[in-house]
Amino acid sequence: MNIYDLIFYLFAALTLISAFFVVTNKNIVHSAFYLLFTFFGVAGIYVLLGADFVAIVQLIVYVGGILILLLFGVMLTNKITNVEIKTGTINIFSATIGVGLFAGVLLAAVLYAPWKVTLLQEPVSTTGILGNLLMNEYVLVFELLGIILLIALIGAASIARR
Amino acid sequence: MESQFLINTSLYVLFLPLLGFVVTLLLGKKVKSIYLFENLVLILTFIASVLILYNKLVNFPDSKIVSEVEWFGFANTPLFGDISIKLGIMIDNITAMMLFVVALISMLVHLYSIAYMKGDERYNRYFAYLGIFTFSMNGIVLTHNILMMYIFWELVGLSSYLLIGFWFEKKSASDAGKKAFIVNRVGDLGMFAGILILFFTYRTFSFEEIFNSISAGVLPFNSTFWLSVTGILLFCGAIGKSAQFPLHVWLPDAMEGPTPVSALIHAATMVAAGVYLVIRIFGLLTADAMLFIAVIGMISSFIPATIALTQNDIKKVLAYSTISQLGYMIMALGVGAYQFAFFHLVTHAFFKAALFLGSGSVIHAMHHEQDIRYMGGLRKKMPLTYWTFVISSLAIAGIPLTSGFLSKDGILASSLAFANLTGHWLFPITGFLVALLTAFYMFRLIIITFHGEPKDHHKFEHAHESPFVMVMPLVVLATLSVFIWYTPNPINADQGWVLSKWIEKPVLHTPVETRFDFMKPDTEATPENEPIMYSTIYTEAMHHAHYPAMFISLFVAISGILLAFVFYHWKKVNVDALTERIKPLYTFSLNKWYFDELYDKTFVSGTLLLSRALGWFDLKIIDGIVNGAAAATKSLSFFIGNFDRIVIDGFVNLTAYLSGFFGLLFRRIQTGKVQTYIVLVIFSIVILLFIFR
Amino acid sequence: MVTVGLTHFLVISTLLFSMGIYAIITRKNAVMVLMGVELILNSANINFIAFSRFGNFGFNGQLIALFVIVLAAAEAAIALAIVLNIYKNLSTVNVDEVDNLKE
Repeated sequence: MNIYDLIFYLFAALTLISAFFVVTNKNIVHSAFYLLFTFFGVAGIYVLLGADFVAIVQLIVYVGGILILLLFGVMLTNKITNVEIKTGTINIFSATIGVGLFAGVLLAAVLYAPWKVTLLQEPVSTTGILGNLLMNEYVLVFELLGIILLIALIGAASIARR
Repeated sequence: MESQFLINTSLYVLFLPLLGFVVTLLLGKKVKSIYLFENLVLILTFIASVLILYNKLVNFPDSKIVSEVEWFGFANTPLFGDISIKLGIMIDNITAMMLFVVALISMLVHLYSIAYMKGDERYNRYFAYLGIFTFSMNGIVLTHNILMMYIFWELVGLSSYLLIGFWFEKKSASDAGKKAFIVNRVGDLGMFAGILILFFTYRTFSFEEIFNSISAGVLPFNSTFWLSVTGILLFCGAIGKSAQFPLHVWLPDAMEGPTPVSALIHAATMVAAGVYLVIRIFGLLTADAMLFIAVIGMISSFIPATIALTQNDIKKVLAYSTISQLGYMIMALGVGAYQFAFFHLVTHAFFKAALFLGSGSVIHAMHHEQDIRYMGGLRKKMPLTYWTFVISSLAIAGIPLTSGFLSKDGILASSLAFANLTGHWLFPITGFLVALLTAFYMFRLIIITFHGEPKDHHKFEHAHESPFVMVMPLVVLATLSVFIWYTPNPINADQGWVLSKWIEKPVLHTPVETRFDFMKPDTEATPENEPIMYSTIYTEAMHHAHYPAMFISLFVAISGILLAFVFYHWKKVNVDALTERIKPLYTFSLNKWYFDELYDKTFVSGTLLLSRALGWFDLKIIDGIVNGAAAATKSLSFFIGNFDRIVIDGFVNLTAYLSGFFGLLFRRIQTGKVQTYIVLVIFSIVILLFIFR
Repeated sequence: MVTVGLTHFLVISTLLFSMGIYAIITRKNAVMVLMGVELILNSANINFIAFSRFGNFGFNGQLIALFVIVLAAAEAAIALAIVLNIYKNLSTVNVDEVDNLKE
């Protein structure tokens, strides 16, 4: 067992355990904080997969942006003073069975599928490469994403104000 | 100057009034002053028509300008082969002059109507109708094929109908509109048959191509008889539109429309369209057809002239005189006086429009009183109207120095020459008689209306000269009734520019053996299709006929006028006693020769009788069959109904019941909660994955 | 013990995905449902990057992961706006009470 594997298991455990708490915890604020660790773990896994830039973006956008947004959502939609931030659950029974079956099937598929794996290349710094790709091959998608973000911003503002 | 300029300008002349119509009709309710737009459009149209006339006469005095596009074409149709229907414009001198006449009178009538129709509740719609009339009339004038002419022909019929029945709240007005429309259809049926024969024979509607084929010897059904029939059938259209005997009954009734409309449509332009049609088809008329046309023209000039003697409605008198003058033109065409017919059309358009607008001015002043027995003494009150009326009446009576003298004298001289050559003396005799009657009844009208003592003092007190926009057209039209516009010589128009330069001589295309003798080309002197169709014999006869005709017509016109003065002004003869003595004749004339009653008894009641018989047939026989069929159907449907109720309905109900059952079962799943749905989706995916693993 | 390979990452992403679904289904609070969605997006991203690393696809996978992150941000903004709106209109954010679809 080398250091790479060790770090992988560490992050995998961090991700999965915190995700489990996100899903099961009754308190939404707690869930949100567990979600923070999940995102950290996923970012670590990105690094292990040689995707340093994506990992950084994950940290900045998810942890710095989306999580904060979610917390704002919690705050704005609950009466904080009454501490009514607990969430109820429904469908526990059928959900457990269904998701269990689902996960089982997927896992079976993942484990028994004959993956055709190419040789690992040495991880390189991806920032420059991704920048080139964005500005050349994917420039149209890039622009479209910009427009979508703008529309989403305006749309969110207008919906929330209504 | 390119000939393209003429084509483009003529398109403006054609479509500007249409634009005016559309805009005025659409915005009429919203924009109160949209009628000004219509008037502006008509002024532009007039300017364009002046441009056309000038350019045609100066730059292309001798050529026809034709421009055509293919409308649609069929290749290899059964029976006909290739068919190509073309739209086109043809401009020759007659077209250009006719356009000028139509545009000028239409513009003047538009301006006149601004004052005359003021305060009418459908003011703007009136102008819109005038616009579509001008559009369709210009279409008749400009088109180069008989199909388009027929379409525009019906369009003027439509606008005439709309305008006669413009005050449709009055029963008499709406009836008159219907009468005009229906009577015109009778004539148009003949015209349509003629067009069909032409198309069946020549596969084309274009005048030029038809004429060329006739010159090349192609005849309908290979017989000259059918060529005559075609000519007469086409002439039927003119009988209807120009109100010739026996279809003249609609025109007097058409006077129910507003007076400016009578001036524009029922005096100057639309009714002249019939004459214009005969002018256009002149090249295919055989001697027989021409004789027929001449007879119709003669009868229609005579009968209305006798009726006009006794009428008391100022517009009715003018209407009958219009029919009479149109009869002159038709007769002129029949006796081969092509140029004089068109010349008379133009001069008549001007002075008759002036007369009608003058009568409109009188009616306006008298608060819509049309009966001349209540008028009198208006000369002092309305001097301009009076003098223009007198000038126009002198023109229609044929007194020298007026345009009417020139054209009428030409017609009479040609009929005299015609009689000299063929022996049909009835034509000139009737012609001179009608000239006498015309002079008499026109001055009877003037004397009773404008001279003497006022009969209705209340209305007389309020009468006053009409406003400027009404008087101005009168003055313009009366000015145009003076000889100087047409020829420098006031007693002989032959050397004037209108006859010698502007109106082309006609070209005959009919086979030589079907023509009158005097229309056959001189031996080897003139080739067959040269524009000069008259033989030297005819020219000589015309020359000889000129002075006798002039003196006789002058004599009858003056004696007619004098007679009118003797009867009505100086009262030398007691008119009432005279009418008492010739009572039967008087009532016969007063009741318009009982034409309306005759048609009522024969055609109208015949139609009614036929419809009643058909109605009875429908009611008893057809309905019997229908009822029998209905009973059979009913019993059959009773059987089918039971089958439906028991078997089919059983199935249907079963289906419905099953659906309801499953619906009850499945509605539990539809909780409306998204999460439940997702659970179901997950289960489904798992099941699908198992199945398609 | 085998060295960490493609399968390991796929297993993690599968588990994360399942937990996301579970959150979406069971949680009443709409914000929690959103969190579940974020988990699912993250698992998808792990898949993309893993295949980009172990498959012969160049860097396209990473790029698409970037796009997914951007879209997730947009989605979160819109969804939260909708949640706020629902709260304003129905004064609840519990998804099971929002069942107007039933009618």
